[in-house]
Amino acid sequence: MSATTSRGSQTWFTPFNVITSAIIIVGLVITFLRFTKGLGAVTHLSHDNPWGLWISFDLLVGVALAAGGYVTSAAVYLFGLRKYHSAVRPAVLTGFLGYALVVFALHYDVGRPWRLPYPFIMQQGTTSLLFEVAACVALYLTVLFLEFVPAALEWLGLKRVRDLITRLTLALTILGVVLSTLHQSSLGALFLIAPSKLHPLWYSPYLPVYFFVSSIIAGLSMVIFESTLSHHYFADKMDQTHLDEKEGVTLGFGKAASLVLAGYFFIKLMGVAGGDNWRLLGTSYGLWFLVEMIGFIALPAFLYAVGVRNKDLPLIKWTALWTIIGIVLNRLTVGLIAFNWQLPPSRRYFPHWMEIAISIFIVTVGIVVFKFIVTRMPIFYEHPEYKDAH
Amino acid sequence: MSISRRKFLGWVGAAGVGTVVARSAHASGNKHFEGYPGSFGVLHDMTRCVGCRSCEAACNHVNSLPAPEQPFTDLSVLMQERRTTEKSFTVVNKYSVASRQTPLFRKIQCNHCLEPACASACFVKAFQKTSTGAVIYDPSVCVGCRYCMIACPFEIPAYEYNEALSPRVMKCTLCYPRISQGQLPGCVEACPMEALTFGKREDLIETARERIRQFPGRYVDHIYGETEMGGTSWLYLSGVPFSQVGMREDLGVTPAPELTFGALSVVPIVAGLWPVLLTGIYAISKRKEIIFQQELEAVKKAAQSRSKEEI
Ligand code: SF4
Ligand code: SF4
Ligand code: SF4
Repeated sequence: MSATTSRGSQTWFTPFNVITSAIIIVGLVITFLRFTKGLGAVTHLSHDNPWGLWISFDLLVGVALAAGGYVTSAAVYLFGLRKYHSAVRPAVLTGFLGYALVVFALHYDVGRPWRLPYPFIMQQGTTSLLFEVAACVALYLTVLFLEFVPAALEWLGLKRVRDLITRLTLALTILGVVLSTLHQSSLGALFLIAPSKLHPLWYSPYLPVYFFVSSIIAGLSMVIFESTLSHHYFADKMDQTHLDEKEGVTLGFGKAASLVLAGYFFIKLMGVAGGDNWRLLGTSYGLWFLVEMIGFIALPAFLYAVGVRNKDLPLIKWTALWTIIGIVLNRLTVGLIAFNWQLPPSRRYFPHWMEIAISIFIVTVGIVVFKFIVTRMPIFYEHPEYKDAH
Repeated sequence: MSISRRKFLGWVGAAGVGTVVARSAHASGNKHFEGYPGSFGVLHDMTRCVGCRSCEAACNHVNSLPAPEQPFTDLSVLMQERRTTEKSFTVVNKYSVASRQTPLFRKIQCNHCLEPACASACFVKAFQKTSTGAVIYDPSVCVGCRYCMIACPFEIPAYEYNEALSPRVMKCTLCYPRISQGQLPGCVEACPMEALTFGKREDLIETARERIRQFPGRYVDHIYGETEMGGTSWLYLSGVPFSQVGMREDLGVTPAPELTFGALSVVPIVAGLWPVLLTGIYAISKRKEIIFQQELEAVKKAAQSRSKEEI
């Protein structure tokens, strides 16, 4: 640890440090504007478009991509796939950071962020799906925190507390899966109330199911993709178990992703059939829908299958990235592109550059914190004193 | 047709409006709701409206909203289609329709739905359907998530985006403070053409039916708001199909809360069944592992004893 710090002080001006600092400074300036001049000064939000990039990207995409935490811990602790054990900690950490950032980002978007606890302490709007989302996200953030905390406690050397909390693993995992099922699906269900605003190709009574199933896909793909990235940048931190199991994780998760993508394709198709929306496929929105269905669902399902069959790890990794892009596009489509599709172009929304800058700022903060943690705490390796203790 | 103050005060007494400040927002519940009996509404007869903007001016005045950029007497603003904003709770739009020589005018404001989407969507219950019929908003609890704006099918609520610290959702209140005291809504009182009629919703529907019956050539045979999205307190009569005056005819009759009812009812199922299922799965995979270990042990032992025998 001390080695990192001393080396850091000598060569502070690395490209990584320079770029992240620049982003963070810009982010802080916009933060100041946001809280002194109001949302109007930094966003293109309007009365017609009350939700913009910060909801579609920071919330919808953020939560979907943070699904790796529950997917992995369910696979390992509930479905008995213990051979993937080394994937749990990185996935839980990214999940925890992901959710923490989502909550952080919401403070920019809502009008009076200091009132965010109001739905719990003042009046419970239990008829609102947003209430369900808020409650589940708040609880799940706590669960992820408890799942992550053993790593921090090992780092700090607090053995007793750490042992106490690891005993909760099973309960926490089950709670995590329940909460994730609920809020991943509810994010889709948020739009159920606006059938007149969301394009019929995306509006479906199955929206919650779509969001839930695609969150599993996102979770699996993120674990594969992150492990590639981490391996690239933090290989020196990884222990032999992690390196040995990595290939197994990639193949196993790739196979699962392929199957779930195939299922997702069919339930999406059922949605079109159920709404009898075939004729809409010929419109420009239909074309976009087909791009998503074929290019970002059917294609990666196929590529994952091929990759797993030929044990072609690079192919699986690239497919993971492609799938993630597909999920991002899906959430942006539901939240922005296909939402308010009937309004004339002059009343549609396009993000202000400062909205984009804040989203980049938040992702950057996440990366910096992630880097801080994995270079210090036992994430990619087992703490020598706790081997086999999991 | 507009209502005399005496008669109106009588109704207020009858409906107990002065005392009943509705307790719970029934409208945000999950049961179908036909509207509070005796609740109020307004009938807007577009065939009578001349687009003078008097209602806009009156609304601005009674709600103490900021002065507009162009005065209310300036009718050139009618050239553009406008919507409600945080500074104007109501606007009048002009529609030139091919089948008529004279244009039609439509006044937009909150429709005060019987089962409001905004109230059902709000996660702090900041919106309330009162027994007067008015859907009112409480800024003291609003978090500013703007889900109500996503939910409203009529695109009514507006937001104070330029308020840094205390932004509010802004919309027509059906002049709740005024009608609670037995006064007419500002816009209704100001209308010189009696294009706006305030009254009990049931009576307004009767009045509207009567007008359609008497002058079938003048009206299309539909009262907009009677069933749309489960019904609204504000009702409309038009001389042309409603889609030609910018009103959506594809909203259906399902009240908003029903759209999310299914998704909400899944919650207890997931919360109840998932833990049981998952624990079961855990037990099975655990058991498999134990059996696997036992078999492994057995094989090892067998191999050991065999190798011993061989020696
Ligand atoms: S018109 Fe919109 S804002 Fe008014 S009550 Fe209905 S849903 Fe709410
Ligand atoms: S913006 Fe305010 S009133 Fe609207 S849903 Fe959110 S908390 Fe409720
Ligand atoms: S009822 Fe009152 S608040 Fe609503 S439009 Fe009329 S004057 Fe404005």
